[in-house]
Amino acid sequence: MASFPRRALAAVAGTVAAAATLAACSSTGASTASDSDTPYSPPDASVSANLTYAVWDQTQVKAINANLAEFNKKYPNIKVNVDVTPYANYFTKLQTEASSDSLPDLFWMNGPNFQLYASNGKIEPVTGEVKAGAIDPKNYPQSLDQLYTLDGVQYGVPKDFDTIGVWVNKALFAEAGVPIPSKDWTWADLQSTATQISQKLSSKGVYGISAGMDGQTTYYNTIFQSGGSVISPDGKTSAYDDPKTQKGIQFWTDLVKSKAMPTMKQLTDTTGDQWFVSGKSAMYQGGSWARSEVAAAPIAKDVMVLPVPKGDQQATVIHGLSNVVATNSANKQAAQALQVFLASKEAQQQQGDLGAVIPAYNGTQDAFAKSMPGVDLQLFLDEVSNAKPLPVSKNTAAWNTLETNLLPDAFDGTKPVDAVLKDLTSQMNADLAKE
Amino acid sequence: MSADVSESAPAPAAPATRRKRRGVRRGDGLWPWAFVLPLLAGVLVFYIWPILQTAFYSFTTWGVFGGFKWSGLDNYSRLFTDPQLYRSLLNTLIYTAVVLLGVPIAAWLASLLNTPGLRFAQFYRVLFFLPYVAMPAAVALVWRMIFNGDYGILNWALSRIGITGPSWVNTPGFALAAVAVVGLWSSLGFSMIVLGAGLKNIPTELYEAAELDGASRFRQFRSITLPQLAPSVFFVIVVTTIASFQLFDLLYALLGNHNAVLPKTMSLVYYFYDAGFVQNDKGFAAAIAMVIFVLIGLVTLVQFRLQRRWTGNA
Repeated sequence: MASFPRRALAAVAGTVAAAATLAACSSTGASTASDSDTPYSPPDASVSANLTYAVWDQTQVKAINANLAEFNKKYPNIKVNVDVTPYANYFTKLQTEASSDSLPDLFWMNGPNFQLYASNGKIEPVTGEVKAGAIDPKNYPQSLDQLYTLDGVQYGVPKDFDTIGVWVNKALFAEAGVPIPSKDWTWADLQSTATQISQKLSSKGVYGISAGMDGQTTYYNTIFQSGGSVISPDGKTSAYDDPKTQKGIQFWTDLVKSKAMPTMKQLTDTTGDQWFVSGKSAMYQGGSWARSEVAAAPIAKDVMVLPVPKGDQQATVIHGLSNVVATNSANKQAAQALQVFLASKEAQQQQGDLGAVIPAYNGTQDAFAKSMPGVDLQLFLDEVSNAKPLPVSKNTAAWNTLETNLLPDAFDGTKPVDAVLKDLTSQMNADLAKE
Repeated sequence: MSADVSESAPAPAAPATRRKRRGVRRGDGLWPWAFVLPLLAGVLVFYIWPILQTAFYSFTTWGVFGGFKWSGLDNYSRLFTDPQLYRSLLNTLIYTAVVLLGVPIAAWLASLLNTPGLRFAQFYRVLFFLPYVAMPAAVALVWRMIFNGDYGILNWALSRIGITGPSWVNTPGFALAAVAVVGLWSSLGFSMIVLGAGLKNIPTELYEAAELDGASRFRQFRSITLPQLAPSVFFVIVVTTIASFQLFDLLYALLGNHNAVLPKTMSLVYYFYDAGFVQNDKGFAAAIAMVIFVLIGLVTLVQFRLQRRWTGNA
């Protein structure tokens, strides 16, 4: 049989590969975290090693290579191979590697996945480096240090961060004849401004505001702004049944209901950022990382940015990546030396100057603030003082899926908000109990 | 291709010759085995072994990073009381049924392309085959735009005749239909090529003889085309069914993994992916994989049984 059909074959191969992946996960138990009390000592400059550094963002490779060139001036014999895997597959791959104890020596970690790896002893604490004075957590936003701390032990220092703001299309405001709100605006201001624009420009299919409708960029912010929370401080129970949390969800339901923003279905078809960059929404609540996309869009010349509006209090979600060392790395000392270097002011400054990210080291962020002439990106940095870390637990992905599946009915008004949240709370609690 | 399938056609003589062929002749020895060994090793290592392992792990509870605990039938008893399993099974069956509707369409198109003297036949053949060559992710991306509720060409076309179309890929019901239509569309090319080759292999003398005997067009179709084409049709149906049961990539790319209708629309393989790689519940996922494996095995077995009656071949 010369040509068993390609699709079927691919499907068979896919299933088998998935099964093989499952099977490949060896039966070795979680190895215990190594003794975190051993202080780190920098290796000798002549040490030679081959390291793998796994990352997921191709656009940052240029800055990473610049970092590595500097690093090699100190350690000429440590060769670092940068391994880029697209984000969609990054954590599937990492999980397989962790299961077979073949993790890269140094790799990017994010908040939602951090606890899973830390609690299973897969990544090395930075306690030793901190004790030795090689890393000082005070140099980075505290809320981010907190994100990479589990049971009082810190495992990574942040490499960059992002906060949330509202991108504004000045031209559409002018067209609708609606004044641009001031920086100290409130929920009510956003609601009324967005509704007015939707009404005045409805014939052109323009909405007042669009958003990503994921936790980090939208509803976690409003939940914190109304004094609520997503998960209990110990990460064991859901806080979606808190009336304050409900208020933060209700905010978006009201926006959809008043037609100030597109419906959830419309936002699934065409994402919030797409509505904004194509000139079909006057405001977009999104992350600082939208900078490159907005700057490249035809509407770039009309753009400005506002902080997220104030609810009962001011708050924004902060999240950042960190570099972590694998517990089972064969070249742990060399990997830690690289981790220390990448956390240094020198390396972070270089990241900020070359890349689109906000470096995490305090005082190296100026380059980002000035990277879009005429747009006050500084406010993304100012927001750090009101920032709350992205809510996570050990298996964040499980309840993130529940949010994605259940909340749209609440936002669209298909089901009452309190009923949806009650359901979400109980399902999320069931998931958390399994952790 | 259909030639391969119909190779088993000269049935009556087969048993005798087979027995003769199987007898060990001088010089046979181990050489044949040596030649098939590389392939056999591959099959054992990459197909048989993972299946056995998956079967084993389906009886365990599995830590996120390995470390399994024997849990007997727990995963299965949980699975068979899980409404999501039945919903996913139903979705998979509906999808498969719709995609199989493409087989008669493909047969019809293939017979059109087989019309003697048709101009640009090659061009049409390429045109219909292109969707099959395109990557599922790229196909899904384009269809996502077509299905867009606000700006999609489909809803634009519907609005011309006064119908307001839904947001196809995120309205329950419509989403599965949308995925199935794309699945049907992208399987047409392959089915057409197979069926077309089958049609070409039917000796024209049969039709000429029938013509002489005064058989009608319909009679010719029923008594010549259909039985002669049966092996190809059988092959296409088996392969399409297996592929449809493994629906994943199209669904994943067309709906996206941040889509609220996913629980109502997911297929069995998507359910497996969700359990194993999103929920980190790998023992349970292995049990789902086993269910899919057994189901496809059963369906294929039934089809092969039916083939005997259907194509007249043993």
